Amino acid sequence: MNKLTRRKLIAGSLATAVGASGLAVAAKLAQRYGLIPPDSGGFYGPGETLTYAAQRLLTRHSLAREFPRSEISKEPFANEVDPLGEEFQRLQQGAFGDWRLSVDGMVTRPASFSLADLKSFPRHSHITMIQCEEGWSYIAEWTGVPLSHVLERVGALPQVRYVVYRSFQHDWWDSLDMGDAVHPQTLLAFEMNGDELPVKFGGPLRMRVSRQLGYKNVKYITRLTLTDSIKSFGKGLGSSAPEAGYAWYAGL
Amino acid sequence: MAETPRPRHSFLVRVTHWFITLAFLALLVSGLEIVVSHPRFYWGETGNANTPTLFKIPIPSSRETVPTGYGHVLPDENGWSRYLHFQSAWVLVLAGLVYGVAGLFSGHFRRNLLPTLSDVSPKQLVSSIAQHLRFARPTAEEACSYNVLQRLTYLLVVFVLFPMIIWTGLAMSPSFVSAIPAAVNVLGGQQSARTLHFFLTLALVLFLLVHLLMIVLAGFRNRVRAMITGRVAESVERG
Repeated sequence: MNKLTRRKLIAGSLATAVGASGLAVAAKLAQRYGLIPPDSGGFYGPGETLTYAAQRLLTRHSLAREFPRSEISKEPFANEVDPLGEEFQRLQQGAFGDWRLSVDGMVTRPASFSLADLKSFPRHSHITMIQCEEGWSYIAEWTGVPLSHVLERVGALPQVRYVVYRSFQHDWWDSLDMGDAVHPQTLLAFEMNGDELPVKFGGPLRMRVSRQLGYKNVKYITRLTLTDSIKSFGKGLGSSAPEAGYAWYAGL
Repeated sequence: MAETPRPRHSFLVRVTHWFITLAFLALLVSGLEIVVSHPRFYWGETGNANTPTLFKIPIPSSRETVPTGYGHVLPDENGWSRYLHFQSAWVLVLAGLVYGVAGLFSGHFRRNLLPTLSDVSPKQLVSSIAQHLRFARPTAEEACSYNVLQRLTYLLVVFVLFPMIIWTGLAMSPSFVSAIPAAVNVLGGQQSARTLHFFLTLALVLFLLVHLLMIVLAGFRNRVRAMITGRVAESVERG
């Protein structure tokens, strides 16, 4: 039905060449502007990359919705965590006086902060929703020190691209790109609804990332590492989530 | 077998139809897997295992924290289900955009989907409904275009159900609504968006079942061939 003419052949080859070089240029640009997630390989890579890139372009300066005090959930819910062990119990009995947050990697002044240190820093509160990828949610008031303040204090180097954060639970770690790391609502939270952050909800210290799902809000934060490459952490996929089959980026 | 002078369905309609079919089935399976991790639905902004529900689906859950009343917990399939759901959503949205733009410019919507004024008169509608209830086979003329009920149904699916299910999906994304809060606020909250997303799924599944039934009644092989190759066997249409 369709005869292959010389004109069609030339037009087709030209279109293919333009398309291929267009894709190559797009990939270069996307890499440069931080639009490629660490888990961009594999079968689901294209969808994951499109989602991350689209949301990054759309949400560069956006704030998560904040709610009036009357909307705070009277019945918040927390998923169970595996037993935290004797060491955690010892810290808990000491009212977490010995809890430390160490900050290392690409910083000019590596540091180790106690909870009292963190509470003496400028603090920020917001009433926001936390959503679990399973589908449930609640609204709470979160108070803590903005992560951006801690990054300034330790002198983050300009080439830093990711902040890796680790939990007291050894198999839990995650990372944020700089867009979320310096976002004004991103907190190292130590209070919930005006009280000490309960252990069930991640106390004494939880990463609160307002525009991402619950699993990005890792509980029991003990260490931050600033880096320009995520490749050397775990399997290089950005967090322990992709290693368990879940996406690194949890903006939806 | 003679070829019809113009294909029954244009090339773009056929290609986007099958991309959307594939994406829809993947979205359906992965969506159900995600629902299994929390088969409870709420209205408003928030809801969780401690709060009252709007309704529950009476199935076991893939999470032991959900009080379902069943003794056992299903395996957790959310990781790949979420990856697949969002990748398929991209396929659906992109194919839908191609279909929508092409449909506007080629006159597909105006010519094939928009009913004429006389078509939507009560008399015509009643006669078309009666014809469907009798399971009357389409006449040769009808088999090459859509009748008024088909036109109205396709318009509903293309311009209401699919846009709404994409919108309610986006309204569940904390990141998307940080940029466009109205997307979730006008729906009455994030849990309302989730519940509406579920009902829209049911509506689209109902459409799919009726669509399949109609294809079977009208001649499965010929209808499917028309959507793959664009050609219709004339002898069958006259039969």
